[in-house]
Amino acid sequence: MAEHKLTTPLTDEVVRKLRIGDKVLLSGVIYGARDAAHKRLVEAMDKGEKLPMSLDGAVIYYVGPSPPRPGKVIGAAGPTTAYRMDAYAPRLMEVGMRGMIAKGKRSDAVKDGMKKHGVAYFGATGGAGALINKCIKAAEVLAYEDLGPEALRRMEVEDFPLIVVGDSEGGDLYIEGRKRWETK
Amino acid sequence: MRIIKAEAITEAIAKLGVAMNYEIGADMRCAIAEALQREQSETGRDVLKQIQENSDIAAKGEVPYCQDTGTAVIFAEVGQDCHVDGNLEEAINAGVRKAYGDGFLRKSILADPLRRKNTGDNTPAVIHTFSVPGDRLKLTMGAKGGGSENMSRLAMLKPSDGEEGVKNFVVEAISAGGANACPPLVIGVGIGGNFEKAALLAKKAALRPPASVHPDPFYAAMEEELLGRLNKLGIGPMGMGGTVTVLGVNIEVFPCHLVALPVAVNVNCHADRHGEVVL
Repeated sequence: MAEHKLTTPLTDEVVRKLRIGDKVLLSGVIYGARDAAHKRLVEAMDKGEKLPMSLDGAVIYYVGPSPPRPGKVIGAAGPTTAYRMDAYAPRLMEVGMRGMIAKGKRSDAVKDGMKKHGVAYFGATGGAGALINKCIKAAEVLAYEDLGPEALRRMEVEDFPLIVVGDSEGGDLYIEGRKRWETK
Repeated sequence: MRIIKAEAITEAIAKLGVAMNYEIGADMRCAIAEALQREQSETGRDVLKQIQENSDIAAKGEVPYCQDTGTAVIFAEVGQDCHVDGNLEEAINAGVRKAYGDGFLRKSILADPLRRKNTGDNTPAVIHTFSVPGDRLKLTMGAKGGGSENMSRLAMLKPSDGEEGVKNFVVEAISAGGANACPPLVIGVGIGGNFEKAALLAKKAALRPPASVHPDPFYAAMEEELLGRLNKLGIGPMGMGGTVTVLGVNIEVFPCHLVALPVAVNVNCHADRHGEVVL
């Protein structure tokens, strides 16, 4: 299990080196989006519209933060469960997305897309909303403001602690980790 | 007849709602500290340490423990010899509104399950009211996360499925959905009653402290056995593999019809926020 300090955007070379179980400290710009924002991104692609940001090498964080206190950039900001975004993720990989941050198991279609396009799936600690808040140095709503907690956000993070839970070779820590520790 | 003012209920819920979302209970802190001793996976221990650090940061009162500050679930046990001066449900909802507004908590409640427009203040709460002896009002509150709730299950088993069938159903539910529910988990199991009673029992059980034990030795033994079986699944903290998947299994039971064996499993994440107040 290697340890990596990574900065976004992610390159093909960097992503292909990552393996499940690796620890990552991620810095740079990431995009916060969940159910409703994913739906809108894919709808925009279907209509041939320009997306609110470039997805080239981008990392998307599945998050719906709690509201910031006055003078703060964001509230608690832990990951949400990933499977609800499975229907959209392969489409975003096609236009350059290289990383996803969330929690929980993914579909085979997502894992196939990750192999094909060279994408990493990073697990953040669910429920650690206050801890992750400390890694977020800036945050702003980029688009879809009407969606409230579900709006599309641009965030700058510093040393966001992550574990590679899915890699570009098809590795899945939710399967392999369990296999390692399951007893009869 | 003792009078309880509606404002006192609102204040109590507002205070409880904010407190539980910033400061996780001593029962959960203790359970996580014990889990850290038992966990054999290095990744699992890393996750548990992050959970502890998260508790410390949240307890300072600036940032909630988890961004999903939950559905407000309230069990109101109203003493028959007390009178609420005002409307009990409105008083509770006013308290929830105040907690989620003043406490900078996330508003996650939609006015309609299909048309999905946010109510903007996290109301209405899910309120269960019971009439009990005495002149007090006991309010038990949970701020229940949505991700873990989604992994909950209910089944109408056959009586012939028996004790083994109930246990297997619980294990299958966690085996399939546990990794997505932010483990280590607290599991509430409701056995008996009927369709809706089983679910309610499971919720009540899920809000009990993880170390609590059923008073009936038969069910206490079942809680212990299920805890052992669930921790053998290998799911581990955050589902990344490990020896601690579940912190506690709590069972609640109720008599049931002779043709029935209802069982419900309510899953609570490590952000198991619950508390109570007696007025």
